[in-house]
Amino acid sequence: MFDYTFQWSQAMARLPQMLDGAATTMEVAILSMLIGIVLAIVLTVLRRSPVAPLRAIARTWVEIARNTPALFQIYMAHFGIASFGIHLSPFTSLLIGITFNNAGYLAENFRGALKAIPDTQIRAGRSLGMSEMQAFRHIVLPQMLRVAFLPMTNQMVWAVLMTSLGVTVGMNSDLYGVTQDLNALTFRTFELFAIAGVIFYLITKLITLGARLLAARLFRY
Amino acid sequence: MFSTSLTLSDVVFLAQGAGMTILVTALSVATGTVLGVIFGVLRLQLGTILAMPLVFFLDIFRSIPLLIQLVLANAFVGMVLQLETSGFTIACIVLSLYTASYCAEIVRGGIQAVPSTTRRAARSLGMTWFQDMRYIVAPLATRIALPSWIGLALGVMKDSALVYVVQVTELLKSTQILITRLQEPLFLLLVCGAFYFLISFPLARFGGYLEKRWSK
Repeated sequence: MFDYTFQWSQAMARLPQMLDGAATTMEVAILSMLIGIVLAIVLTVLRRSPVAPLRAIARTWVEIARNTPALFQIYMAHFGIASFGIHLSPFTSLLIGITFNNAGYLAENFRGALKAIPDTQIRAGRSLGMSEMQAFRHIVLPQMLRVAFLPMTNQMVWAVLMTSLGVTVGMNSDLYGVTQDLNALTFRTFELFAIAGVIFYLITKLITLGARLLAARLFRY
Repeated sequence: MFSTSLTLSDVVFLAQGAGMTILVTALSVATGTVLGVIFGVLRLQLGTILAMPLVFFLDIFRSIPLLIQLVLANAFVGMVLQLETSGFTIACIVLSLYTASYCAEIVRGGIQAVPSTTRRAARSLGMTWFQDMRYIVAPLATRIALPSWIGLALGVMKDSALVYVVQVTELLKSTQILITRLQEPLFLLLVCGAFYFLISFPLARFGGYLEKRWSK
């Protein structure tokens, strides 16, 4: 039964290539997270807008992002957009897909965080002569990002894990894509994917640790 | 005018995929929840140090992409153990453990939300540990955990789209097969997305409603 010989050295020899892949994975995850946060802030503002169509757009975005599989969203960003004659590279499609997903989930987190900020604070800011924009920018936003910090960390971990879906639209430069290509070359499936798994595990641990350190530094008061 | 070459048998094919998605999800969520409750209770009962191996084990499922978990499980069973199994079995086992790892956290949160004074009161009334769990903790913790559990079940349904990697033809995979044949990506993807949305959205709203009602 156990006549399988593990050949770790063969798989380990490919480690540098896989680490390059991990760098691309991080690149996609960080980019999608940064753009996602900006979009989520916009969505949060739109959801409070007095203009009904704007509210509807923001709501639709959030609900679609939260109620369909991430893989579906990435397919849409690749094959869906392609049917309008726009052919995006796998990298761009993956980035759009994950960013769409991130923005939806983050907007929902931000909405929850907003509930923790009393209306009286905004009114106090307004009566101090701040414009609506200023009150949002200087009073609401910093507190909102602070309350939503932990969910944002979780979303970052999710973003890293989601990059593995890029392979379905032909991405082969991220960690999963590189591993799959190496697998086709060497057939050490278990060893290669185990190493990829360990790298993913370490990345997520680094993110959680980094976030904790950042939180300790940012939220001292 | 909109026209499609989608035939009735294609619709049946899609429905079969949808059935597979629901079957895999139902089996995994059911098994995963039972395991999750056991792990969640065990984690609290064992204490910090003894529970560490369990915490580490469960953490793995939340820190590695599901796609890699599936490929690894498939390679391990097929190449290392050399057992003849269907992709369906592997998909269910991996998704069950994946569900269990999240469910254990939800269960732990639910149990911890029951005030310790309430539990001590139960024990001083002469209830055994099991009676305390059964009559005091379970009803209270369920209320707290149910909304998150609904969210988890829906999450597993959406993540079940990844089991294509172990040759299980669920909804998204059958959609992709049809796309390759019919070359109508946008229409087919919209049909597929609508299916997920129509199941997920009402249940998610229901979960939100319960959360709001019970938090009063």
